[in-house]
Amino acid sequence: MRMSHSALALVRGALTGHTGWPRTWDSPLPRDRYKVIVVGAGGHGLATAYYLGRNHGITDVAVLEKGWLGGGNTGRNTTIIRSNYLQDASSAIYEKSRALYEGLSQELNYNVMFSPRGVMMLAQTEHEVRGYLRTARANYLQGVETRFITPEEVQKRVPIIRLDGPRYPVLGALWQPRAGTARHDAVAWGYARACSAMGMHILENCEVTGVRSDAGRVSGVETTRGAIGCERLAIVVAGHSGRLAQMAGFRLPVESVTLQALVSEPVKPCMDVVVMANTVHGYLSQSDKGEMVIGGGADGFNNFTQRGSWHHIEETVRALVETFPMLSRLKMLRQWGGVVDMTGDRSPILSPTPLGGCYINCGWGTGGFKAIPGSGWAMAEMVANEAPGPLAAPFGLERFREGRFIDESVAAGVAH
Amino acid sequence: MSAHRLETGGRLIDRTRRVRFTFDDAPLRGQAGDTLASALLAEGRMLQGRSFKYHRPRGPVTADSAEPNALMGLDTGARAEPNVRATSVQLSEGMVVHSQNRWPSLAFDVGRIADRLARVLPAGFYYKTFLWPRPFWKHVYEPLIRRAAGLGRAPEGVDPDRYEQLHAFADVVVAGGGVAGLAAAWAAAQGGARVIVLEETGHWGGRAVVDGLVIDGHPAEAWVTATVAALEGLANVTLRTNTSLTAVHDHGYVLADEWPQDAGAGIAAPRQRLWRIRAGRVIAANGAIERPLAFAGNDVPGVMLASAVRDYAVNYGVAVGRRVVVVTNNDDAYRTALALREAGVEVAAVVDARDTLPGPLAQQVRAHGIPIHDGSAIEAVQGDIGVTGVTLCRHSGNGACVSAQIACDAVAMSGGWSPAVHLWSHAGGKVVWDADGAMFRPDPAQGPTGHDGAVFVIPAGAAAGALWGPQALADAHAAGLRAAAETGHPGHTPAPVAEAPEERAILPVWTMPEGAGPRLKSRMFLDFQNDVKVTDVELAAREGFESVEHAKRYTTLGMATDQGKLSNINGLAVLAAARGAGIAETGTTTFRPPWTPLTLGAIAAEARGELFQAVRETPMHAWHAAHGARWEPVGQWRRPHAYVRPGETPAKAVNREVLNTRQTVGVLDASTLGKILVRGPDAGRFLDMLYTGTMSTLAVGRCRYGVMCTENGFVFDDGVVARIDATTWLCHTTTGGAEAVHGWMEDWLQCEWWDWKVHVIDLTEQLAQIAVAGPNARRVLQKLGGMDLSADALGHMRWAAGRLGDFDARVLRVSFSGELGFEVAVPASQGPALWDRLMAAGAEWGIMPYGTEALHVMRAEKGFIMVGDETDGTVTPGDLGLPTGAKKADFLGKRGLERSHLRDPERWRLVGLETLTGSVLPHGAYSVTGGYTDTYQRETDGRVTSSYYSPTLGRGIALGLVRRGPERMGEVLTFPVGAASQMKARIVDPVFFDPQGGRLDG
Ligand SMILES: Cc1cc2nc3c(=O)[nH]c(=O)nc-3n(C[C@H](O)[C@H](O)[C@H](O)COP(=O)(O)OP(=O)(O)OC[C@H]3O[C@@H](n4cnc5c(N)ncnc54)[C@H](O)[C@@H]3O)c2cc1C
Repeated sequence: MRMSHSALALVRGALTGHTGWPRTWDSPLPRDRYKVIVVGAGGHGLATAYYLGRNHGITDVAVLEKGWLGGGNTGRNTTIIRSNYLQDASSAIYEKSRALYEGLSQELNYNVMFSPRGVMMLAQTEHEVRGYLRTARANYLQGVETRFITPEEVQKRVPIIRLDGPRYPVLGALWQPRAGTARHDAVAWGYARACSAMGMHILENCEVTGVRSDAGRVSGVETTRGAIGCERLAIVVAGHSGRLAQMAGFRLPVESVTLQALVSEPVKPCMDVVVMANTVHGYLSQSDKGEMVIGGGADGFNNFTQRGSWHHIEETVRALVETFPMLSRLKMLRQWGGVVDMTGDRSPILSPTPLGGCYINCGWGTGGFKAIPGSGWAMAEMVANEAPGPLAAPFGLERFREGRFIDESVAAGVAH
Repeated sequence: MSAHRLETGGRLIDRTRRVRFTFDDAPLRGQAGDTLASALLAEGRMLQGRSFKYHRPRGPVTADSAEPNALMGLDTGARAEPNVRATSVQLSEGMVVHSQNRWPSLAFDVGRIADRLARVLPAGFYYKTFLWPRPFWKHVYEPLIRRAAGLGRAPEGVDPDRYEQLHAFADVVVAGGGVAGLAAAWAAAQGGARVIVLEETGHWGGRAVVDGLVIDGHPAEAWVTATVAALEGLANVTLRTNTSLTAVHDHGYVLADEWPQDAGAGIAAPRQRLWRIRAGRVIAANGAIERPLAFAGNDVPGVMLASAVRDYAVNYGVAVGRRVVVVTNNDDAYRTALALREAGVEVAAVVDARDTLPGPLAQQVRAHGIPIHDGSAIEAVQGDIGVTGVTLCRHSGNGACVSAQIACDAVAMSGGWSPAVHLWSHAGGKVVWDADGAMFRPDPAQGPTGHDGAVFVIPAGAAAGALWGPQALADAHAAGLRAAAETGHPGHTPAPVAEAPEERAILPVWTMPEGAGPRLKSRMFLDFQNDVKVTDVELAAREGFESVEHAKRYTTLGMATDQGKLSNINGLAVLAAARGAGIAETGTTTFRPPWTPLTLGAIAAEARGELFQAVRETPMHAWHAAHGARWEPVGQWRRPHAYVRPGETPAKAVNREVLNTRQTVGVLDASTLGKILVRGPDAGRFLDMLYTGTMSTLAVGRCRYGVMCTENGFVFDDGVVARIDATTWLCHTTTGGAEAVHGWMEDWLQCEWWDWKVHVIDLTEQLAQIAVAGPNARRVLQKLGGMDLSADALGHMRWAAGRLGDFDARVLRVSFSGELGFEVAVPASQGPALWDRLMAAGAEWGIMPYGTEALHVMRAEKGFIMVGDETDGTVTPGDLGLPTGAKKADFLGKRGLERSHLRDPERWRLVGLETLTGSVLPHGAYSVTGGYTDTYQRETDGRVTSSYYSPTLGRGIALGLVRRGPERMGEVLTFPVGAASQMKARIVDPVFFDPQGGRLDG
């Protein structure tokens, strides 16, 4: 049963002590077999399932999650949403995604708090200025609204920034007015609720431990809750992709590293936009709760611990204290890390695999939260049609063999 | 006023020294030794804060760093510090303190309207509403929520204070200076181990001195004094107060946060000091945290933890009320009744949820005539901004039947103690549920392991779950011996023996009364700061947020500034009950660093301002600065972009510099270019692998331009290589690429070709290098005298070493401007002298310095590529018209270049671009075909990589990468440059100036 969300419903709920709210998603027993199994109930996995139902009418779907839904990077990221990417293939899928975010709360009847407050990427060297001028021109032709703004406009939008740090002056910024942030957990919960309402099964605490195949085609998976059959398999497990690929009998050009983030104690609003400073490696936004949300570059070595090295935090904090001096007297409340899956060209993989009927979606690395709706859309299209559509096509695995990279490091050092 | 200063008592305050401060502009007074909270209480101020969501009035609940309620703003302007816990900050003279998150005043807060609406604003309400109309989220709802949220005010401006970081190494770091920590430190130090003991507060001894433990026959206080003195006498022990161990990272790397108490006393004193310690073993003796009880109205100001109530009495001589009710599920809280009694404060009753027979502590209480209500619970607390009374009921019931009403003005509550497992857990230690003790304790079988695979955190005392004093001490002693032994310093010393009354078993109480219904539960707070109630957690469970992580995120339980120190265990017990599951299987959320919030300024420390990142300066930096240099940061370097004369625009300066160099002679400080010396029997072979060209065949005395590719076949650096002698090459790199190239070389030598005999050394900073270019370049140099630089003696792309005037110089004949050019390298220390000599010698030819921009213009006029402009990590040598195909031998990138996409004839390749009008194309502009991609983007077929006004030619010139460019000479491309405008440019040869290269010879 699903109860529609609205202010009125809350008032009605208050009358009954909120005892009438149903489960957000059901917790059913696994069936023997589904048409499609999605492994991984992160944002990308859940969005894949959702658009399979919504766009392609496929609802005989199970989403299998080894832990708790949304507990991977979907629930650990700094929630920056933007689409001012340089390469056509990237900006196509990220802009599709951003556009879907615009209406996602209404579509899911769940407030994901997409807040298009604007994202600003500072240019702090002449080289960066040239790079962002180029990106702005590319974005214009790609239909993505961005522009290069002056230091004065930067200061006006971000009163707490110091333009004239002794080290790297702010020379301008690439500004995307309709970029912003969203509430990460709500994105996962909202999709899960909508999938469940379509009759799909979301199975938590159900770890996939093996992939079964028959004559070169996938036939099911083994899980900690027993074997489950399927016709098609979508692997959407971010940092664990290498392991799943191994189970399915192929290898991926992906490595896993820790990416860290931290938040300060909450303070009254002092910055309404998202600022990224790539020369010094740090970015900053203020959550609706008032916490300053801080992130930086990924750790320099491979690991799976979800704990990073402290010197990266130091490097990030230095960069930001230098750029936003008022941060100095705020305090770090929490720090954490997530295992991100990085490809050689820092772009994702959305691809058929050597195993028939098995598709993979991974490699979003440090920047895939923003891509959740678009990636789910493109992945669903590929799984439903058993062939990639135009959004996914450039991101196939064969690009590494062909050298057809989609290199975004060109435009920015960090890609969040 | 209920809270007040007692006539006597207060072991930590100095009654002879008054301290003045203001709170919301009211002048108040405390005593030296007070915390801010104790001083406010002494002044009768129980109301000290407002909660986050509902803006409910709140008083302090603790007397330590776990405080969720009494958060305040200290100071104003650039020194403002928000969200300070009044319970752990020392009062100081003249302190300016403001309450937070209220408007217009602490006593009357309009935001409290949220509390009145609490019924429609349960946990997660914002996920269910604010959906329509769509633009309202950004423009109406979110701004409203943002304004209401946040706690304190952020400071403004640059932090005037200083922060410091220190590194230390220790065999054993002891976190916590209570009796367990001190006993552990004493035991650990006996065998000579280097021991560091860290205590968060300003005093030693922790709880035991307040709680009346007797150790080795002495009151705890005396034992503590003696033990601290003994530890101070050991050379291998360092003691720090006001320092908390705040984070435990992998492999025994720990951070400690010190607030030096002499801060502000002198210029030298930092505000805060961050210790970065490598510890062999960490003894976590950081105690336990008392749990609140969940009963209706448990957040009314005046309801406090029982331990805090006796801390205020014993340590600060402050009574939190005049008539206090103690409510508990364990024996420890009886100590509060006794302490209050001792201080002369009336204890109206002890309410104990248990039915069991009284133990020794209860008997003492009863002996004082204090009534004890067995098997009872607080049904509800009466009062709004202060406690006026409590009603009691049976704990085992549902609270429908009120058994008694007691007038009181404060409530001391205890729900039992939770070991502070944070430090154990930071680096991955796991905890187990101890059902008897009703607590999570460290699981010795699953500790955090260090580099050697051994567990490196040893919990001790209460932090290990040994809550009873005598047991805690014995445990800590053993922990100390173990840590010493494990770090190779075994020692012996007898264990201290403590005495304390026996304590009866705790009765786990998660809601009070046990069977409370929604009416009461909706007034039981779990997370005080974030206003998370029992009903909120139950709602989360009902909506399927059954995992602790989900429930935490949905309700925000444990996400306030105290990070759930008081709320986590109670919250998850409520969650477990709501799910009908056990606490053990429900599990905890992760305990993440830091232990208490850590100032960002202390993390950045001295790496601020000038010290943020090194600024690298060439030896001639001062000269440039004195001559109008407009700086450009390139990597860590500062390079002169142009030398702007008074009255000149930067653009004019660039044009002047270009023309002067082309017409007569210019000098450029080229010292920032990477200069990497590669030497050894295998150096030639090594360089053949690194460069797309062949360097091993380069004759001694000659130079060759080289390009390096990544393994994928994309250009990543370039520069001139000079063959110095049979086994030595000097590789020039780009300014920004020097470290990367050096690192790249070392990477290959150390990881792949470790058996090749090659040494690599970066000489960039050892040499000053000056480029002299222009038709008169040779004349200027020859005026210095010395070595023969004639065309015959030193042809293009050759080098020679010798005396040039008074200088030992290496002169390379190379040119990036297309003019006759030399680069003169001398030891860095002689750079300024050489520069001056050149300027003097060149005066008669009108020599001028030129900056990086003039250099770029000139190289673009010549069609020379610039790494970072023409390349961006996706461009191959072939795209740039650089030959590679001929090289048969292997090199890095060769295989990459064989991939189909890199050999695609449709690739974008280097060409020149000339607008039809002579105007300058914008940087980064793309040309369009008129078509669209599969994803509805406008299709492009080229882009501008460099674009300048050429003063030499008097028009705009550009380099670009264009699909099949060199095959399309003469074609005109369309570049949209704005919403309605476009520019047209013709594809031309990239060499705009002097295509025959005649000027190279002057
Ligand atoms: C600190 C940090 C900051 C970030 N900041 C940003 C940002 O600002 N903007 C942005 O766009 N992106 C950001 N990202 C990246 C973003 O979080 C990820 O790209 C994105 O969340 C990936 O989503 P996902 O659904 O692919 O992966 P996940 O959310 O990690 O989901 C994968 C799921 O698969 C499950 N799983 C794994 N193995 C198995 C198995 N064998 N069986 C069943 N289930 C399995 C996991 O438990 C997990 O729930 C950040 C990441 C981090 C770590």
